[in-house]
Amino acid sequence: MTDAIIRLIDLHKSFGDLEVLTGVDLDVAPGEVVSIIGPSGSGKSTLLRCVNRLEEPTRGRIEIDGADITDPDCDIDMVRTHIGMVFQQFNLFPHLTVMGNLTIAQRKVLRRSKDEASDVARRMLDRVGLVDKTDEFPARLSGGQKQRVAIARALCMEPDMMLFDECTSALDPELVGEVLDVMRTLAEDGMTMLVVTHEMGFARRVSDRVVFMDGGNIVEQGPPDTVLGDPQHARTQQFLRMVEER
Amino acid sequence: MALTKRQRARLVRFGVYGLTIAFLAFIAVKADWPALRKAFFDPEVFADQFPDIVIRAARNTLIITALAFAIALALGLVLALMRLSSIRPYRWFAGIWIELFRGIPALITIIAVGFAVPIALDFRVPGRYGAGSVAIGIVYSAYLAETIRAGIEAVPRGQAEAARSLGMSQGRATVSIVIPQAFRIIIPPLTNEFIALIKDTSLLFVLGTTADTIEITKFARDNVNKTFNITPLVAAALVYLAITIPMTRLVAVMERRAAKAR
Repeated sequence: MTDAIIRLIDLHKSFGDLEVLTGVDLDVAPGEVVSIIGPSGSGKSTLLRCVNRLEEPTRGRIEIDGADITDPDCDIDMVRTHIGMVFQQFNLFPHLTVMGNLTIAQRKVLRRSKDEASDVARRMLDRVGLVDKTDEFPARLSGGQKQRVAIARALCMEPDMMLFDECTSALDPELVGEVLDVMRTLAEDGMTMLVVTHEMGFARRVSDRVVFMDGGNIVEQGPPDTVLGDPQHARTQQFLRMVEER
Repeated sequence: MALTKRQRARLVRFGVYGLTIAFLAFIAVKADWPALRKAFFDPEVFADQFPDIVIRAARNTLIITALAFAIALALGLVLALMRLSSIRPYRWFAGIWIELFRGIPALITIIAVGFAVPIALDFRVPGRYGAGSVAIGIVYSAYLAETIRAGIEAVPRGQAEAARSLGMSQGRATVSIVIPQAFRIIIPPLTNEFIALIKDTSLLFVLGTTADTIEITKFARDNVNKTFNITPLVAAALVYLAITIPMTRLVAVMERRAAKAR
């Protein structure tokens, strides 16, 4: 595959003596939805955070649209406007309204006018079903609503790809569905998505490929039915048994 | 007879009340009220303080406070950011500045700015309130820098990460996302420091004052010397309270409003 939109080559990351990523290679094609699963501490969140360089890799290359973003001369802020990210803890800006959250980066980074930014914001809020919350502060929203606003905020930059970092793990069980629904429509609309998740149902039904990580590297990957239904490696089998037993 | 826990708590409470009342009664009976009133609450001397203590002295106190606090806030913010910078010389400079001006008595810094700098550099801070407000601004910048740094560090890391993930530069994320939240967190200690600053403007007497720059405490002390009566200082105390109490109330209202947006 030469047309990968995200390409990780021999990616290493250490925190002090602790080696979290041990030379990961991963390609993601445009429009592809890739779910990354694995036990905690397997390095999946670190991997995701390396893709937009929220973590600086210790060694290896990260290519976004063919450009090496580990190059010190690369304008990482520009690259990040093309990569949306959604966090486990939402990270909405509590001092701004929903509208403020959605417009601030459009205005300060993309230099859009106030009217244009609010138009885009309203359109994205509509996509996540929250147009009526425009003037609320994040504190007044439920966890599911916060996460949908966070998704809309990322979409306002009109990114080419989206990273989801365990974005339903902090939610009450009954609120998980509304966020997964939004993610499913995004996938159907053709968004390139890299999703770190514990939601096996989502991984199975929505993603094109499932990647199982353990001990800082990819153990097994392939179509969801293969990896989740007929795993080849003992580690994968063991992990899936643990998940199913819950 | 053993007392229950509740009975014992009640006994202690009434004991404390009783002792307090006994102490107040003792003071009320023993104190030489007429002598006290003559020295501290002479109505005539008290009335003589007004309106000058307000329209001249309090006005100057407030102007110096506003100038000094603005300088302290601006310097303190820059120092806090330097302290948190990844560039080592910046951290060193801010660290030295903070240790220096927090460790030296304010009075000595004021004398240094007021007298030593003009002698050394032949430079005088312009403006009637210039040297005084710059000196106090420098002293308080050291305290505010530490308060602001603590506030910035109290903003969750995820906030800056979210801002950066949207393509904001580090500077932009700091200005638009981190600092506004940091200031909300530090409103209470900032209020403390503002009030302390109001009172420390009384130290500026060491620079010598004219009728144009006299502040509340110096004004009152001059009148104590004139009248051989302590009443002007009592008036001064009341004027300080008339400034600080409404201000703390106002901040409390602001804080409640900010809390809504959390």
